[in-house]
Amino acid sequence: MLKWLEKNLPKIVMAPAVGLIGWFVYGFVLWTLYISFTNSKILPKYELWGVGQYTKLWASRKWLIAVDNLLIFTALFLIFCVVIGIILAIFLDQKIRAEGLLRTIYLYPMALSFIVTGTAWKWILNPTLGIQKLFIDWGFENFTFDWLVNREMAIYTIVIAGVWQSAGFVMALFLAGLRSVEDEIVKAAKIDGASLFTVYWKILLPMMRPVFFTSFVILVHISIKSYDLIVALTQGGPGISTTMPALYMTQTAFHKSQVGLSAASAMMMFMAVAAVIIPYLYSELRRENAR
Amino acid sequence: MQGSLQSSSYKKLEQKSKYTNIFLRWFLYFVLILFASYFIFPLYVMIVTSLKTMEEIRQGTLLTWPSALNFESWGVAWGGRGYGAGDTYLKPYFWNSIKMVVPAVFFSTFIGAMAGYVLTKWRFKGDKWVFLFLLFGCFIPYQAILLPMARTLGVLGISNSVIGLVLVHTVYGIPFTTLFFRNFYVSIPSELVKAARIDGAGFFKIFFKILLPISTPIIVVTVIWQFTQIWNDFLFGSTFSFGEAAPIQVALNNMVLSSTSVKEYNVDMASAIIAGIPTLIVYVLAGKYFIRGLTSGAVKG
Repeated sequence: MLKWLEKNLPKIVMAPAVGLIGWFVYGFVLWTLYISFTNSKILPKYELWGVGQYTKLWASRKWLIAVDNLLIFTALFLIFCVVIGIILAIFLDQKIRAEGLLRTIYLYPMALSFIVTGTAWKWILNPTLGIQKLFIDWGFENFTFDWLVNREMAIYTIVIAGVWQSAGFVMALFLAGLRSVEDEIVKAAKIDGASLFTVYWKILLPMMRPVFFTSFVILVHISIKSYDLIVALTQGGPGISTTMPALYMTQTAFHKSQVGLSAASAMMMFMAVAAVIIPYLYSELRRENAR
Repeated sequence: MQGSLQSSSYKKLEQKSKYTNIFLRWFLYFVLILFASYFIFPLYVMIVTSLKTMEEIRQGTLLTWPSALNFESWGVAWGGRGYGAGDTYLKPYFWNSIKMVVPAVFFSTFIGAMAGYVLTKWRFKGDKWVFLFLLFGCFIPYQAILLPMARTLGVLGISNSVIGLVLVHTVYGIPFTTLFFRNFYVSIPSELVKAARIDGAGFFKIFFKILLPISTPIIVVTVIWQFTQIWNDFLFGSTFSFGEAAPIQVALNNMVLSSTSVKEYNVDMASAIIAGIPTLIVYVLAGKYFIRGLTSGAVKG
């Protein structure tokens, strides 16, 4: 008995982690999947109902708006974060004075919660006392900036705050990537007469393909899950114009008590994340095995 | 003659490139500082707004410097105004968050350290699959587990309590902590462990005597990561708790959204700073470890 215990001790120590994740991640996802095929309202029902919730979901105007917003947000969030991140990383890589200080400034928003970020930006973008007033005071008397309360534009305020929070992170990833390139490669290219621009555009950036890939995966992942920022900034409003899938899911589940429908929306989110993550994990694993 | 011509045109060229270099340098700093002000701007606005009176806020702009260092709104944000009903302030929720963060960080770090240790130093058949099995937990959108979690907490009788949130954060932290420790221990030569095993050292002795003493950097990374994630969480806090058991981010959001009387932006900003200051301090003091966590666990963001 004691011998058995000693031999299996590592597996016993491993058991809580595997057990907890097995139950709380895999078990729960399967439960949600099952419930999405039932006609559950306030309380879960276990009688199968087919794909009714999914047809209902994709016929819902609010869900379609949420998906639309997610696509707009993800595209802009990705583009701005990556462009700003790369510019900052390349510029910081030029033996800059006070590089440490600048890096700290670019990255500190990552330490704040989305609620804090949202609260701050909500005040800054406030249509009466915020940026609008600043510009009017500077002499632009007809300046208006009401994106926060404008149905058409409110989604872009979430992009502004989101990019502010996450661009520094992309900068950190690219800076680490650039620093890991051998100096010799750059030196050799310069001896051959390549300009700094060519060195980056033709040699270094193409070498950063894994960093692009990682940034893409992380940013898409953040944007699919984005919830806190919207709650703090717009609560999905004005009206439902800035609803996103994560907000739709919690509202349907906890305010409207449509458990089956919200489970279906959760599964759609799950599938979207899986579509991005599984290829990523696969390639990471292959890279590790090759090492 | 020809030689001197060549050298003078070469000099001109060099001169020209020197000027472009100086220009480029200035341009570089200009862009970097421009972005730095974009990133600093909200923090500046938060601080100065929190120090102004409402009168000053209405008269000035976002950038106006406060006329005096007035910490009144900080007091209101932290401890309220002293009258009974409807007086919400952050102090009790701040302590809720502390009571939630400390045990959750401890348990998730410990379980992750053990798992990382086994996965690298006591390898067994299929350990790679077990790692992948745990790793996937880093990526799932939590919406897919909210409904069963709410029911489970209800069944266990710990819904709307700090204990419930400790459980939730411990469980969903394990994939990250395991990832950190596994990636750290994989780089430590297994010969150390093998030699100790030959000398008769057991499972726990090897961990506590050999691995733990050299694990300080990864423990710091993990603790900072978990602390930041749990302190900043809103989704779990707002779904599984309300009223008195709520953590600080939920309380901050409720405070800002409450539309009881006139909007007090100075109190809002003071509240936001109070809710953000613990993680900000950790970032300033241990930024190196914070960034290491971000880039190596680079998944959750």
